[in-house]
Amino acid sequence: MSDHETAPIVTLTDAARHFGPVRALDGVSLSVAPGDCIGLVGHNGAGKSTLVNLVNGGLAPSSGEIRFPGGASALEAGVRSVFQELSLCPNLTVAENLRISHSALKGPGWRTRARAEISESLNTIFPGHGIDPNAEVDTLSIAQRQMVEIAIGFAPRGTQARLVILDEPTSSLDAGIADQLLAHVKRFCGSGGAVIFISHMLGEVFDVASRIVVLKDGKVVAERITADFTRQGLVDAMGHVTTETATTETARAHGPQVVQTEQGLTARKGEVVGLSGLAGHGQAEALAKLYLSRSSSWRSRKVPDVVFVAGDRPRDGVLPLWSILRNISISILQQGAKRGLVNREAETAIAADWKSRIGIRTDDVTNPILSLSGGNQQKVLFARALASPAQVVIMDDPMRGVDVGTKQDVYAMIRAEAAKGRTFLWYSTETEEVCQCDRVFVFRNHEISAELTGADITEERILQASFEMQEAS
Amino acid sequence: MSALSRPWIWSWLAAAAAFALTLVLTSGRGGGELAYAALSFGAFAAIVGLGQMLVITLGPGNVDLSIPATMTLAATLALKAMSSDPGTAWLGLITALAVGVGTGLANYALIFLLRLPPIIATLAASLVYQSVAIWSNRGLRIKPPEGLADFATGRFLGLPNVAWVGLVLAIVVWVVLERSVWGRWLLATGQNLRVARLAGVPVELVRATTYVSVAVFASLAGYLLASFSGGAALNMGAEYLLMSIAVVVIGGSSIAGGNSNVPGVWGAALFMFLVVSMLNSYGAGAGVRNVLTGAMIIAIVIAASTRRTRA
Amino acid sequence: MTFLSRHRIILPVVSLAVLLAATFYMQPRAMSYFGLNLLFNLAVPIALATIAQMMIIMVNDIDLSLGAFVSLAACVTATFLNDTPMIGLLILLALILSYAVLGALIHALELPAIVVTLGMSFVWSGLALFILSSPGGASPGWLRTLMTVKPPFAPMAVVAAVIIAGVTHLLIIRSGLGTVLRGVGGNARSVERAGWPVIRLKALAYGLAGLFGVLAGMALVGLTTSADANIALRYTLLSIAGVILGGGEFTGGKVSPVGAVIGALTLTLAASFLSFMRLSPDWQIGAQGAILILVLTARLIFSRKGAEA
Repeated sequence: MSDHETAPIVTLTDAARHFGPVRALDGVSLSVAPGDCIGLVGHNGAGKSTLVNLVNGGLAPSSGEIRFPGGASALEAGVRSVFQELSLCPNLTVAENLRISHSALKGPGWRTRARAEISESLNTIFPGHGIDPNAEVDTLSIAQRQMVEIAIGFAPRGTQARLVILDEPTSSLDAGIADQLLAHVKRFCGSGGAVIFISHMLGEVFDVASRIVVLKDGKVVAERITADFTRQGLVDAMGHVTTETATTETARAHGPQVVQTEQGLTARKGEVVGLSGLAGHGQAEALAKLYLSRSSSWRSRKVPDVVFVAGDRPRDGVLPLWSILRNISISILQQGAKRGLVNREAETAIAADWKSRIGIRTDDVTNPILSLSGGNQQKVLFARALASPAQVVIMDDPMRGVDVGTKQDVYAMIRAEAAKGRTFLWYSTETEEVCQCDRVFVFRNHEISAELTGADITEERILQASFEMQEAS
Repeated sequence: MSALSRPWIWSWLAAAAAFALTLVLTSGRGGGELAYAALSFGAFAAIVGLGQMLVITLGPGNVDLSIPATMTLAATLALKAMSSDPGTAWLGLITALAVGVGTGLANYALIFLLRLPPIIATLAASLVYQSVAIWSNRGLRIKPPEGLADFATGRFLGLPNVAWVGLVLAIVVWVVLERSVWGRWLLATGQNLRVARLAGVPVELVRATTYVSVAVFASLAGYLLASFSGGAALNMGAEYLLMSIAVVVIGGSSIAGGNSNVPGVWGAALFMFLVVSMLNSYGAGAGVRNVLTGAMIIAIVIAASTRRTRA
Repeated sequence: MTFLSRHRIILPVVSLAVLLAATFYMQPRAMSYFGLNLLFNLAVPIALATIAQMMIIMVNDIDLSLGAFVSLAACVTATFLNDTPMIGLLILLALILSYAVLGALIHALELPAIVVTLGMSFVWSGLALFILSSPGGASPGWLRTLMTVKPPFAPMAVVAAVIIAGVTHLLIIRSGLGTVLRGVGGNARSVERAGWPVIRLKALAYGLAGLFGVLAGMALVGLTTSADANIALRYTLLSIAGVILGGGEFTGGKVSPVGAVIGALTLTLAASFLSFMRLSPDWQIGAQGAILILVLTARLIFSRKGAEA
């Protein structure tokens, strides 16, 4: 038994994985021992997901070796993963979802035991979570679903979780809940568990990780204990040089008011308006409602009032069967259409123009949209919106899963378009992004709790307005 | 991309094989007659199939089960309006098409206003249409006007007139899907309704026009079929329920929506006729004929799908 | 939330009750052991077929061949099972097995179920014609006895419906395996990732559908005492309507066995109700469609109210 405690849970020796000619992972050696909390960082396409899938046994390596000293397979060795995309069964209850990943739960009374186990796990990680184990998952909010998924990951499930892989676990959690999770990760590792923690929020990685592994182009380019890294050093190691918030623009004069909702959300011509607050407090709904009220299911105008940039790409953005070209042009088909027929020369020209302007990485815009990485698909969605003549652009957390370099490009583009007189409404879960806006509305409990402008837009003020602690003044 | 990776090729190959196998038995005689008959009868399946294809393109769950009832109702009311008088063919056509627009709008109203799944909405509505047809057809046996019957059974440039109608419709549908703004909207809606709506596509307009189109296609097919076969019968549309879905799928359109295939519908419509006549000429009974038809539908779907995944 | 999850079953119950009350109002004599038996006479095979369809809808597929399949099972029951029980039983088992194989095939080759079952409907009705080219055959005596047994308090059809609902509820909603099966409909990928062989689960769901389809055919023969190749063709659409009336949905694994049985009872009752109303035969089919629309409209209104509450 004591041998178990110190022996690594998983060791990779020069493991590689190829998909056809693509070397997704190009020879990685890594060992995870009890008590480790490994922060795994890297850009999109650096090989993080492939590495995760090798460790959790979802993929076999093309070459090299993976060993689980604690058992024959990843599952037996107590390796669990919590995936970035939500992978619960929405039609089942929280407790029933535990049954899916816990096949030993059976026989009479399994429901009672499942309820007890998931409640205990939720109580341990997220005290005061307020989730009913009998609730069907599709009645929960996204954040609650993510919490359930994490709780299932850490639940004993007959054996014991020894290594839990968390892939962007906080992307839909608000700050308070995320802190609960980070605290639990530390406790878990302190008591001999191990965690591989993947996040694009470097602050979190520095907070929990004992060791940071940097992946680039399928290889480990740096692996050190956390204390040996600085933020800038980490970003440099990933291969992108970020300019620390390059521009805090001087306030410009904006035009007349072009957006006004019942809730009190307003925007003026040429303004970049941010929506902030804790995740799930009504920002996305407010934007969707605004978009739907200013466009019609029955009529399509040549010059639409508003356009929408989706953050949840599969649900709201990408038309999966189509080429990049057709995905870009769907909102502008009526431009230059004659007798209801699409003007295909104009369509091709616009797509080629945006491909180079926004830097979509493809050799041919007639390639399928799904041949692109997530970040590049997001660029296509930006191109779709910006190519339209609409004056109001609504963006629902559009930077999810987008790497730092692309973000900087898009920030610049938004600034340039705003200077030309377009209005942007931009919901983001990342405070850093919101701080770049001209004006910020903070949401709390589906209402606007504060409107910040100019120098007032600081992380501190936003947090104050997000939490109940502040008296309404 | 080789020709074999195009999904519609399979239905044409299958039709050609059935044609050849029939001719083997007759040592090549009667090929012209067989092809002519296939084009005549295939035209009706192709017309309803084109309509069903548009609906299926709208995405999962979209299908029109009221096609047979619409065909019967349109044919019955059109024949009643014409009451065998010469020179009333246009009146009949307009009546039939008006029935199509009416049932299409009614179907869509059920789907949109009552939020019913299209399968259930069109199924329930078809029962009502069927009743109206029974009621209006009671005790009547009206022949189509002579001129119209001659047109429906006649030929032009060696091809049956009904096949010309089906061909023209196919070309129109193809152009609409490939080149028009509305076609793009339909294909986008079929891939993901929410995405299409958020991209500014007027999705409800697209859905409404699609459900009206399928009903208009069905009513046209009913009108032509009644003129072709010398009168309407209450069960005249029955075989076109499964047939319309079968030709769409054998033709290589994706049942998951967002992807349609016009030439394949025609190939499949010919195949469905040719396979039955092939089995007949080999002396197969009704049971064997059914079993083999079913087996062939499945074989074609499997062949098309394994091709697709490899391509 | 608790209201929502509960009302999914309340609505089918209410629509059945309303229809039943209307029937009793029109024809008070129906309010008796004998009357109920008459009203729900054909409910058992329809309920079984609806459960079969529900198994398929549960895993996000749809079965367009069910009517032909039930007809075939009825033909086998009325011929082989009656004449040479062992062979008959083997054939019926083979039919169930072929359903399971079909499910595995559909999953493995990622075929659209709607088309494969469409093709199979030709196959099943061809086989049925092969076995029984003209109406005939006879019900095995024990089956006839079973279907016409007169239990105390409530007629056979009602007792059988309650048993069917109870057993399938335990099987699909309460049991662990049933939960996993519904999980396949909800999110097949996550079930697969948790280490379940989804292909076997799909085969199981289809196999269960085959089992209930065969039972429906047997029950039908027990009631009608003979069979023909087209005896149950309308069950395809009836069973789909029954599942939806019972609060099920076409996608996402949201099904309710109790609701499905109630949906089947509602459809059976609708037919009986119309004959009580002495409606002109011209309009009976149409009125059935109208009742279907009416019930679903009521469901919409209630669920909208529910969403507001």
